[in-house]
Amino acid sequence: MNILETLKGLWMESGFMGFFRGDGWKSLIMIAVACVLLYLGIKKKFEPLLLVGIAFGCLLTNLPGAGLYHMELWDTFLDEGSEFYHSYGHILKEGGLIDILYIGVKAGIYPSLIFIGVGAMTDFGPLIANPKSFFLGAAAQFGVFFAFFGAILLGFTGNEAASIGIIGGADGPTAILTCTLLAPALLGPIAIAAYSYMALIPMIQPPIMRLLTTEKERSVKMEQLREVSKTEKIVFPIVVAGFVILLLPSTAPLIGCLMFGNLLKETGVTERLSDVAQNALMNIVTLFLGISVGATTVASRFLTLNTLKIVALGLIAFGFSTVGGLLIGKLMYKLSGGKINPLIGAAGVSAVPMAARVAQVEGQKANPSNFLLMHAMGPNVAGVIGSAIAAGFLIKVFGA
Amino acid sequence: MASSDMNIGDALVTAVMGWGVVFLGIALLVLLVVLVGKAMTAKKPAPAAPVPQREKPAPVTPAPQGPKAPGAAGDLKLYDTPDRDAAMIMAIVADELKIPINELRFISIKEVHKK
Repeated sequence: MNILETLKGLWMESGFMGFFRGDGWKSLIMIAVACVLLYLGIKKKFEPLLLVGIAFGCLLTNLPGAGLYHMELWDTFLDEGSEFYHSYGHILKEGGLIDILYIGVKAGIYPSLIFIGVGAMTDFGPLIANPKSFFLGAAAQFGVFFAFFGAILLGFTGNEAASIGIIGGADGPTAILTCTLLAPALLGPIAIAAYSYMALIPMIQPPIMRLLTTEKERSVKMEQLREVSKTEKIVFPIVVAGFVILLLPSTAPLIGCLMFGNLLKETGVTERLSDVAQNALMNIVTLFLGISVGATTVASRFLTLNTLKIVALGLIAFGFSTVGGLLIGKLMYKLSGGKINPLIGAAGVSAVPMAARVAQVEGQKANPSNFLLMHAMGPNVAGVIGSAIAAGFLIKVFGA
Repeated sequence: MASSDMNIGDALVTAVMGWGVVFLGIALLVLLVVLVGKAMTAKKPAPAAPVPQREKPAPVTPAPQGPKAPGAAGDLKLYDTPDRDAAMIMAIVADELKIPINELRFISIKEVHKK
């Protein structure tokens, strides 16, 4: 046995050599990106539950030779001319660990399961008490369609533009589901942009809020919400699921799971299931979702000009969603004779509950005795429904 | 600039229509929620007819009322809880909830004795 030859062979076969072959240097850049994301998640606490998983998936997939995720397998999966078109069997046979976990993303299972957990954690009481705040959730979808239009102007296809636009819904699972169905190649940058901007809401929204509202508007104290009965809370998810799915069947996975989770919470007889949905299920799915979405950030696909465009469009989407909510909030302020604080419109983006907290903080800055949190939770949870409807529309139009 | 598979006119129509569909869906949902809410709140139970009583029930001794805590708008009732502890509990609850104490309403505070 030639020891030197063996050692040389080991070195040549190692991942380290992979950095010096072809475009291997790009993997080094992606590893640096993964480290930045890990820093943001761990040190700055930017949506750490997902961002840490995404960052680690990004790290693993860009280590040459690791073979945990194979982009080429998924290319054949999506290629209509390939014998393995839509063949999960081929993925199971040839794929690595993350390829197998990624099936849950590809089949749209993880985002929907996360929505069961979101539903189980959401109190729709403020929305039921003040149904007008539904409109603020719709208004805050403005950024989705503005960014969609902007993406078309920048040369993205309709499917890609729809996936980019949905970042403005400020709803990670919805963005991932829409992107998986319409433009899977963009999943990595879109998921990273969506979760990063969601974490940055306390920095993105306040300047826009102060720019578009007056001190007098921000200091409006809203009347106490009426008490919502248990029966109303039980009937709500049943009515909403039935109505919205009948209106837009493509929203079924998101709205169906969201409302199912909420029903588990509200019935009062399924505490164990509600507890599992809120904790165990949510955590397990978040774990798989983060690492498998992160794994799609393969250097050759991620380090492109399109990624920069997506990051810019994502910021525009968030900004204009906030603008849409605030403008309709101002309209409601006028129509109500100054009884509605327009700041709660900004909470119409569905990043629950961060956007509502930002409205609360800004309201208290203008008037220290102001207490907007519960009022802002109405538009906030309406935003979840609004972004699901927006996603359903885009999937219906471009997914056909 | 790269070219999209969609022209600007179609994109604009799709964007406006999309936002419109979201508003329409939400408007119909609001209508539905308001109607359901009205139906629920309108169904208030009729006051039960008084049951004729054959025997006069034994008089119920009211539970001993604890002293009211000073500074709680006179509504807070304390059971086996000193004023100082009650004030601390209210301050902790307000701090944990991040809600100003004047926005909260405490009904009663009772010490639970473990058997």
